[in-house]
Amino acid sequence: MIELKGLHKSYITGNNKLHVLKGLDLTIEQGELVSVMGSSGSGKSTLLNVLGILDSYDEGYYKLNNTLMSNLSEKKAAQYRNHMLGFVFQSFNLISFKNAVENVALPLYYQGVNRKKRNKIALEYLDRMGLKDWAEHMPNEMSGGQKQRVAIARAMISKPKVILADEPTGALDSQTSLEVMDLFREINSTGITIIIVTHEKDISEKTDRIIHIKDGIIGSEIISTRKISETIGSYRNQ
Amino acid sequence: MIDTDKWKEIIITLKQNKVRTFFTAFGVFWGIFMLIIMLGSGNGLQNAVFDNMGDFATNSCFMWTQQTTIPYKGFPRGRFYRFNNGDTEALLQNIPELKDLSPRLQGFGGDGANNAVRNEKTGAFTIFGDYPAWNRIDPIQVTSGRFINDLDVKNRRKVVVIGKRVVEVLFDSEEDPLNQYIKINGVYFKVVGVFKSKKNGQQAEREEQNIHMPFTTLQRIYNFGEDVGWYAMTAKDNVPVDVVEEKARAILKVRHSIAPNDDRAVGGFNVAKEFKKMRGLFAGINGLIWIVGIGTLMAGVIGVSNIMLVIVKERTKEIGIQRALGATPMNVIIQIINEAVFLTSIAGSLGLVAGFWLIELINFALNSSGSNGEMFKNPEVDFRIAISALVILIFSGVFAGLIPAKRAVSIKPIDALRTE
Repeated sequence: MIELKGLHKSYITGNNKLHVLKGLDLTIEQGELVSVMGSSGSGKSTLLNVLGILDSYDEGYYKLNNTLMSNLSEKKAAQYRNHMLGFVFQSFNLISFKNAVENVALPLYYQGVNRKKRNKIALEYLDRMGLKDWAEHMPNEMSGGQKQRVAIARAMISKPKVILADEPTGALDSQTSLEVMDLFREINSTGITIIIVTHEKDISEKTDRIIHIKDGIIGSEIISTRKISETIGSYRNQ
Repeated sequence: MIDTDKWKEIIITLKQNKVRTFFTAFGVFWGIFMLIIMLGSGNGLQNAVFDNMGDFATNSCFMWTQQTTIPYKGFPRGRFYRFNNGDTEALLQNIPELKDLSPRLQGFGGDGANNAVRNEKTGAFTIFGDYPAWNRIDPIQVTSGRFINDLDVKNRRKVVVIGKRVVEVLFDSEEDPLNQYIKINGVYFKVVGVFKSKKNGQQAEREEQNIHMPFTTLQRIYNFGEDVGWYAMTAKDNVPVDVVEEKARAILKVRHSIAPNDDRAVGGFNVAKEFKKMRGLFAGINGLIWIVGIGTLMAGVIGVSNIMLVIVKERTKEIGIQRALGATPMNVIIQIINEAVFLTSIAGSLGLVAGFWLIELINFALNSSGSNGEMFKNPEVDFRIAISALVILIFSGVFAGLIPAKRAVSIKPIDALRTE
């Protein structure tokens, strides 16, 4: 699903050149639930931006769903983002003057789906998040967990191949964080690839594979204890 | 994409800061409002001035005698001379471009001295001897009876056409002046027509104190002999009156032994030239109005552009989110331009309506108070001009949105998302 090879990315600020990604190789298969960890400055956010086609890269290649992502026009990039990717942010990034349904329906608006139809679909997704009763509420009337669930519904509505989550639990309490992670797992079980950037160990432990980024390259890859126990469990049952 | 979402979003953004939106919109409103008011006033001024001229033939000129200034053919300078009936014949025969020629004479009295009497009533009026042609050069409106005709002139009939004011002075209000007799400088004349002026204000008042009689009658009664006081003439359509004027001057100079280069001997007034000057003046005023109006409008539009820039800056993050979710740059540009056009169109249309409304109000007030006239008349704005103003407005709306829109998409979505 995602294939990165020799990825380099540097930022130029004035006379300084900051080399962030230094030849990163990474492959993520369809249906994986992956977390990306790393200290600040390690390049994990940059990686996520490149994966989200929000940022360009200098060297190497990035294939999403076997399509090479390079030298895209803003329009093309917007279309890929719209059709293949879903975003979940730490600060939710809901549009404040739109209610829950309208926020969820927004990606479909850019696909040209008419209002009635897209609001109907949005309502279905909100229902799946258990937020049907909050459909008409504005973001500022909702709790953090609710907002994040609206954001997740928004990420899912365009039936993306990959959902990218940037510190999705960063602004949530631990109880809500667990609920959100359960939600991600549930979504993952439908076959959608999910990549979560986080620095919380508890959160990464809830994923199947943990990728540590250090100084712009993959430091280590660990199969999470959860996955291991799951696998062992399945052997036992045999 | 016909979708209420777009409009909803526009209204919501504008609503978020009502005061700012109001003042921005007010700039555009004021610009178009002033443009309409100024155009209306300009037209009002123009209408009043051109109306003061009545139906005066603009392609006309006047000619009178003055002292010669150059000695010629044995005559000294400073000689007086008079036009005469022979000149009239010569002008009519030798100038094919001439449309109407009206020789005129003025009778005695009228400057304070009473010269018209009827029973116990007397009055001081201006008396003119005219050909029928005069009514085609500086037309009056004959309300009853008729103007001087060719037979009157030919037979030297003792008939007069009198102004409204003359009737008021010499006749009782319920009397019909037609076919009554009035005594002018001791001679009885039959009233064959009554007229009122087509002009406005003072000019009309003065004109309505005139008495017209056949030219030949006046010539005889006042003992002018063959003399002609002055000429009024018009050129045929499509011929500038300058041609006629030049030819007439040449003929008159030859006939009166005036030096060909003695231009001051024949006094003249070219209405066409004056008219042209006036038209030029109003064209200038109009141009100025447009420049000022467009300038004011531009200031308003730049205000809108400025405010859109601020709005875009405030919404950088939101635009970033939209782009992350799949909004193309075109989506964003169209959205912002829509907002600008919406703002300018609404404000501009209101200004247009308010301007028209005020112009109509002034018109109504002028009409009902009866002061519609000398200085200001029927202020009006051409509907086509209004439409073109609206078109300008919508274009300037696009212009106002373009810079902020470009700015909005120039920020990369990733940077937009990062701003707080």
